[in-house]
Amino acid sequence: MSTVTCPECAAEINLEEGTEIGEIIVCSDCGVDLEVIALNPASVQLAPREEEDWGE
Amino acid sequence: MHKQLKIGVLFSRVRVEEKWIFGAMEKRGINYDRLDDRAIHFDLNDPAPWQEYDAVLERSLSYTSGLYALRLLNAFGVPTVNSASVAEICGDKLMTSAALARDGVPQPHNATAFTPEAALEAIEAFGYPVVLKPVVGSWGRLLAKVNDRDAAEAVLEHKSTLGSVQHSVFYIQEFIEKPGRDIRAVVIGDRVLTAMYRKSEHWITNTARGGEGELCPITPEIEELSLRAARSVGGGVLAVDLVEHPERGLIVNEINHTMEFHTVQPLSGIDIAGEIVDYIVSVASKEYVS
Repeated sequence: MSTVTCPECAAEINLEEGTEIGEIIVCSDCGVDLEVIALNPASVQLAPREEEDWGE
Repeated sequence: MHKQLKIGVLFSRVRVEEKWIFGAMEKRGINYDRLDDRAIHFDLNDPAPWQEYDAVLERSLSYTSGLYALRLLNAFGVPTVNSASVAEICGDKLMTSAALARDGVPQPHNATAFTPEAALEAIEAFGYPVVLKPVVGSWGRLLAKVNDRDAAEAVLEHKSTLGSVQHSVFYIQEFIEKPGRDIRAVVIGDRVLTAMYRKSEHWITNTARGGEGELCPITPEIEELSLRAARSVGGGVLAVDLVEHPERGLIVNEINHTMEFHTVQPLSGIDIAGEIVDYIVSVASKEYVS
């Protein structure tokens, strides 16, 4: 299992098995949305904020 | 045969839907590329790299990026799901309403105006309450239920002062006293795969806003209306949202061209991701005749 550090609050977060690059995870401590940008080694960054034209 | 095809999947984020779609691609042994819309570029003098794709599935979060990518891909002769023309219509509520009106598909009473003064006049003609919606937008964002003239004046002023230019296309819709739910029908090609109720005590029943899903039987009426609506906007992979109007019965509220299905897939037990992949393969194989 990979571990990453939340760039917002420095919490240690465990990535679930099967996590993919581009996936959004939520920091269990501060609740911020994080985007997985690498897996080997695992790395995350703050996810982009929702834009006005986002949707389905 | 599938291994000879090359499919592109244009995406912004790997949501659970994209995970399921990628999984379905891999299960079928399809040669596909993941195309992050933040990383790609299009050289209009060199379409060849894009023309290697037999078809591209568009799953962008941004309507604007997705639409322009589809326009370019279609201009390069690359088939897409959905097509640029379908995205143009479905991504813009006024375009959708115009298509449905052209084809006589039942929908809410809508009006449009281009200045706050003209919008106020249209709202007063409707009577209160009414709903104001941005023409582009999703997930129930920035919808306003306007209960009286004071609220109308305030919302119109805010939209024209604070909003982008698009917010000055005022899209006005009758407020429908729906029975605490609407219906989402999943249409792929000429089939309605499944349908679900989206239930909420709030007047916005979108599951992105906390509405809960419950399986809805596909009645002949739901099937017929969903297929008519899908055909009206050009067809493809679509989520048709229906509302039960207290006087007029079932009507079409909106149609989504990059649908989310994280609620309806487990609820229905139907492999929607797999159906989408089979559909894009049929488009890529030129088997599908629309």
